[in-house]
Amino acid sequence: MKQNHFKLLIAAFVASTVMVGCTKDLDLTPTNDITADQVYSTSAGYKQSLAKIYGAMALTGNAGGAGSPDIPPQIISDEGNSDFLRMWWYLQCLSTDEAGWTYHNNTDPIGIHQMTWSSINQTVAGLYYRCFFQITLANDFIRQASDENLARRGISGASADSIRMYKAEARFLRAFQYANLMDLFANPPFVTEADAIGVGLPQQIKRADLFTYIENELKALETELMAPRTNEYGRADRAAAWALLARIYLNAQVYTGTAKFTEAITYCNKVITAGYTLHPNYRELMLADNHLNTDEFIFTIRYDGTRTQNWGGTTTLTHGPAGVPGSVSGTNGHWGCIRVTEHFVYLFDPSDIRGQFWTTGQNLIMTQLLDVQTDGYSSTKFRNLTRTGGQAPNRDPAGNWVDIDFPLFRLAEIYLIYAESVLRGGTGGSNATALSYLDQLSARGRTPAGSNAQLTLPYIISERGRELFWECFRRTDLVRFGQFTTSAYLWAWKGGIQGGTAVDSKYNIFPIPSTDLSANPNLRQNPGY
Amino acid sequence: MSCKKLLKASVLLTFLLLSLLSYSQDKVITGKVTDSKDGSGIAGVTVTPKGGTGGAQTGSDGSYRISVGPSVTILVFSSVGFVSQEINIDGKSSIDVSLAVNNTSLGEVVVIGYGTTRKKDLTGAIATVTSKDFQKGSITTPEQLIAGKVAGVSIISNGGQPGSGSTIRIRGGSSLNASNDPLIVIDGVPLDNGGISGGNNPLSFINPNDIESFTILKDASAAAIYGTRASNGVIIITTKKGKSDKLRVNFSSVNSVASVTNTVDVLNGDQVRSIVNSLGTSAQKAQLGTENTDWQDQIYQTALASDNNISLTGGIKGLPYRVSIGYLNQEGVLKTDHLEKVSLALVINKIFLDNHLKVDLNLKGAQQKYRFANQGAIGSAVNFDPTKPVYSGKARYGGYFEWLDPNPGNTFGHPWNRAGRNPVAMLEERHDNSDAQRSIGNLQLDYKLHFFPDLRANLNLGYDVSKGTGTIFISDSASLAYADSGVNDHYKQTKSNTILEFYLNYTKDIKSINSRLDVVAGYSYNNYLTTNYNYPSYNARGGKKPNTDPDFPYNKPENTLISYFGRLNYTYNDKYMLTATVRRDGSSRFAPQNRWGTFPSVALAWKINDEDFLKNSRTVSSLKLRLGYGVTGQQDGIGNYDYLSYYALSNASASYTFGNVYYQMFRPGGFYADRKWEETATTNIALDYGFLDNRITGSIDFYLKKTTDLLNSIPQPAGTNFAAYVLANVGSMENKGVEFSINTQPVRNKEVTWDVAFNATYNKNTITQLTIVPDDPNYIGFPSTNISGSQGFAFINAVGGSKNTFYLYHQIYDKNGKPIEGLFEDVNRDGIINENDKYKGKRANPNMFYGFSTSINYKKWSAGLVMRASFNNYIYNNIYSNNGRLNQVLNAYVLGNASVNYLETEFKGNTEQQLLSDYYLQNASFLKMDNLNVGYDFGQVFKNKASLRVNLSVQNVFVITEYTGLDPEISNGVDNNFYPRPRIIALGLNLDF
Repeated sequence: MKQNHFKLLIAAFVASTVMVGCTKDLDLTPTNDITADQVYSTSAGYKQSLAKIYGAMALTGNAGGAGSPDIPPQIISDEGNSDFLRMWWYLQCLSTDEAGWTYHNNTDPIGIHQMTWSSINQTVAGLYYRCFFQITLANDFIRQASDENLARRGISGASADSIRMYKAEARFLRAFQYANLMDLFANPPFVTEADAIGVGLPQQIKRADLFTYIENELKALETELMAPRTNEYGRADRAAAWALLARIYLNAQVYTGTAKFTEAITYCNKVITAGYTLHPNYRELMLADNHLNTDEFIFTIRYDGTRTQNWGGTTTLTHGPAGVPGSVSGTNGHWGCIRVTEHFVYLFDPSDIRGQFWTTGQNLIMTQLLDVQTDGYSSTKFRNLTRTGGQAPNRDPAGNWVDIDFPLFRLAEIYLIYAESVLRGGTGGSNATALSYLDQLSARGRTPAGSNAQLTLPYIISERGRELFWECFRRTDLVRFGQFTTSAYLWAWKGGIQGGTAVDSKYNIFPIPSTDLSANPNLRQNPGY
Repeated sequence: MSCKKLLKASVLLTFLLLSLLSYSQDKVITGKVTDSKDGSGIAGVTVTPKGGTGGAQTGSDGSYRISVGPSVTILVFSSVGFVSQEINIDGKSSIDVSLAVNNTSLGEVVVIGYGTTRKKDLTGAIATVTSKDFQKGSITTPEQLIAGKVAGVSIISNGGQPGSGSTIRIRGGSSLNASNDPLIVIDGVPLDNGGISGGNNPLSFINPNDIESFTILKDASAAAIYGTRASNGVIIITTKKGKSDKLRVNFSSVNSVASVTNTVDVLNGDQVRSIVNSLGTSAQKAQLGTENTDWQDQIYQTALASDNNISLTGGIKGLPYRVSIGYLNQEGVLKTDHLEKVSLALVINKIFLDNHLKVDLNLKGAQQKYRFANQGAIGSAVNFDPTKPVYSGKARYGGYFEWLDPNPGNTFGHPWNRAGRNPVAMLEERHDNSDAQRSIGNLQLDYKLHFFPDLRANLNLGYDVSKGTGTIFISDSASLAYADSGVNDHYKQTKSNTILEFYLNYTKDIKSINSRLDVVAGYSYNNYLTTNYNYPSYNARGGKKPNTDPDFPYNKPENTLISYFGRLNYTYNDKYMLTATVRRDGSSRFAPQNRWGTFPSVALAWKINDEDFLKNSRTVSSLKLRLGYGVTGQQDGIGNYDYLSYYALSNASASYTFGNVYYQMFRPGGFYADRKWEETATTNIALDYGFLDNRITGSIDFYLKKTTDLLNSIPQPAGTNFAAYVLANVGSMENKGVEFSINTQPVRNKEVTWDVAFNATYNKNTITQLTIVPDDPNYIGFPSTNISGSQGFAFINAVGGSKNTFYLYHQIYDKNGKPIEGLFEDVNRDGIINENDKYKGKRANPNMFYGFSTSINYKKWSAGLVMRASFNNYIYNNIYSNNGRLNQVLNAYVLGNASVNYLETEFKGNTEQQLLSDYYLQNASFLKMDNLNVGYDFGQVFKNKASLRVNLSVQNVFVITEYTGLDPEISNGVDNNFYPRPRIIALGLNLDF
């Protein structure tokens, strides 16, 4: 009996020891998803993370088409509307004379063209969160690419050098998105790599302070990024940083109250002397093989019909225009969404080949904004065909997704910044050079009629409209020229009426989304909202 | 894994050692316990000396042997489903007892978590339903056996598909965003709630014919022993056991005919022709056909089902067993839906070592072969142009009529991508076949220590494995995937869940202080491992579709739960009871700092009828007051690895290009390291009553459940997280309610017995907090449940309201009461109708529901019925809103069909906002007769070698409701292309020999 007791006690002891030891079984890890230390163990991993920061501008998520969104449906209900370019285009172009939108389902950009947006507008919130998604990725990448982390992970030599270059590009992309937030939302919250993930409430930054931050970042990056035109196509280089500096200097008076046209000219000159030239044929700018336009393009968002698939971006700009047959756009057909107001059409004279309007079956006058596809001309600027009219190189067999890259910076804009800055009193340039740049653009645009350029502000705002049609500049330009909310320039359905009307000046900037006001008590709403 | 093996080995070693032990006793009583009905031995009857220590159980033939101390004068015989008896020993050494089957629905011994308890000792809110009270008829999935039978438990079938599951809610469910499904434990094996690919409803793998009883643990004091999985209640299913050494065979066969009782009211061909001719364009008029096709008639069929079961119970060389085989062959009322299921169950329960070691082996397995009908055809049949024929008279596209692309180009004459597909072709041309298997089993060893018989050690080793494979095939000539050259896709999933549990149970009657003590302490290890296989997509010609190669061949999500638990039952003077439980759970789903949680409960009960002032009452036969409080958790619906910040690789088709090289991208996931389980504190106050010799019994329970740390998806401050929303523990919610049940036997005599049971439930759900900052004015709540045809949502879940509160616009009507399209009340008077003008209205979930069952036995006849009623549940009629408009007929590209609601509203359908109108909200309160059955017992047949019973039943007999849609019972409150629940007429026969 006693012995049996003893055996039992031993057995019980063994059993209980094993049980306690088993709590280690609670440490489980996913099969295919991996942790930061695994991702960043090699320079290849760093590059795939860098690809996400870039790809966050092109794609809507981690699945081709849709299915794994970066921005959750609570913010924007349709993933296809949640990529950077589509939403940026909505706020920059659809809000102006450049475009109206046919539909008004919850998935569509409601009230943008009529200028009735509020802090609960999905498109407004969507772009805000898209910019911050990219900033958050960049912040994380910058932390992961710190010298301490590289040393800790045993990465050195050439690998470490290329990762430092990636880090500089991440900083550039962050500066680019902060510049967009500064332009659109004026006073966003502010986070850098110094702020840890998942904790803390960011402080709001004033528009002028954000300007200084972006300016300093870009100047610091001037020496860190690759020399112009030496990086892989699709990655940012020094010229991209210069071009962004030129762009924010052009608008500095709007952002800070202080004009910086001299600085704008300085950075235009840096870009121009880097060896870019205008691509000879304007109509080849937005085609399926436009990755070949490295003569003019400084930095692009890249799309690919089979490998970078999503429903936004240039896919929207190709399918969206109403009435354009699939055979013309190089797709499986149009979506009936986008038309152009007659006021924008009036900017072009008939000889201007940049007025790529689709008029068949379309009425010039936008008598009705909603629910009709035929009021207002449409556009064929974006076509998923090659220069020779052939099929897109990485064609999606179903005809949905396109190959057309989108230039965020191209030489034509730099010429226009130069001319306007000279005209507005910046130093370091000359009227003659300014006019010659305008002549080059006008001559290309009016092939074969030839240039009719003038060095005047009214000419420049119109010329920017013609040259940069649907390239996400129009709202910023109209704000700078005092025409966006005022009665100085009216277009169809501005302010919600057919003839157009002035609206409250609060609409010069967008409201902070109510979602973020709810999440972050440090934030104050922009005036008027 | 090796850890688990070690565990098993060590516990088995313990048993080996224990089996070597010897013992001695002083006074022995033997005898046999038999069933009063037929005299057969009853296995597993507990024999305990009243006021003494120890106890025994009867063997397979009903015989027992017990050693008792000299002070013991009475033996107590008790078993689940039988009326207990107390027999005076009177110096006898042999006592035979005959036990009568318990005729009240609640047996004397109740299965609870980790053991059993005497019903009279219960302190928690526990309901038991045994096989004799199950719903009758053609029932192919277990939970439907108890629909309407238990107060506080709502069981709503998910539709009429063969083997489809049910939405089970106990006391309203305690979660908003995570799971509201109860934990289900089958013979001691807790199941994970997920199904298996190709297997439809996970519970349908259990053969309803094998089930002996359901025990539902409703309040925290009963369920807290299951810790982090108990907040939504626990359903314990016990299967039938081996009974005696005499071979008994039961054969049952249920053959049934099912048909839809009603279809959605849509326009006929003539009505469509008249609308198109008066309102359509010339192009639309040209599209008109000449038929009057009722597409819903074309897709539904009268479905036959045959459910055959044979079970053998007996003993081979004293080894009691039960073996059963079931074969179900069932068609769905939707054409091409078909299920073939084979199920097997083996139970062996053996008692060794003079009643000291009890071994139970349960093995269950089932194979389901499905052809899943394409349920898209249900909506398509409502919407397809009724002027068109089913068949085109041509050979192409399977001979089915299809809309063909009229535009010049490469797709000219092909099935048009702007039009819907022929509903019949959708069914016949899509072959979605699956083969799913599941096996659940466990070995339970229960050892009463020889030298210390008050102490019992129980080891339970269990598994739950399943495998599902399937293919979806569409021929390249079919219209459904013509542009893709057809489909030939394959899928596969396996699950392997293991469980090890060990507990010690000490039971002691301490006579000196009039007390009884029952203590349990244990350990539990559960591991849930799933493997999902990934395959590329193929077309029907075998060609791989581009960019469909998966990045990873498989994914193996896994989680582990390790727990320690204890329970103390203390009874004083047989009148006052205390139950205290505690469970400590560690879950792999949470970060180390949040991994462990402790879930306590305490309950008190007072048997008032045993007090002197009621002891001799002839009216009151039992009266018990129960008070309970406890805390439970809920961790279902929380991702396995959510606390880790991990990086996911993008698909090949979501790559980014640098130079000429494509890079698949790494995306970090949202980060919320502090996520933990939801926690529910439940208070329960109840009175159990019995009057007139317990011919009237029942209980009334009041409960209050407060859930805190409710998981809500909340926005993260922009710039601070990789995901803009993360699931965080921020909210709180409460459910309060009353449950009432009464069971009576108004007539009980030699020829007639009549039983009536009624239960009623009232539940009120209120969301009390959803944000970090309480009552944040910027947060209106979160919407849920999409309305088909719009991007809008039906519900708002907001503080102060209940979950699934409708959030729609106020419709404005003209003076004739006809709704005006697109006109809504501008609630905030700002001149525009937008999101801010919606109002919080009715709720989808009922606040009151009732169940009523009655059965009557007259001589050899029996009859019974089950009815259910539900009040104040509302449904959004998405068929009316999405199909009741002109542009469904005059579609932009092809003609379609509309709901008859169009004739009332004459809505054009150009504004999506119209779908968010409260015009479509309807009261769906209902009274339903679920089941009506008549049976006849032929008694002994075939020269007294067998007994035969036959039963004729009708399911889904009638529904009384104001709701105008197909069925007022839609668990998510939005009625949209619901698979109709058929009326089933079933003839069952039951043969025992």
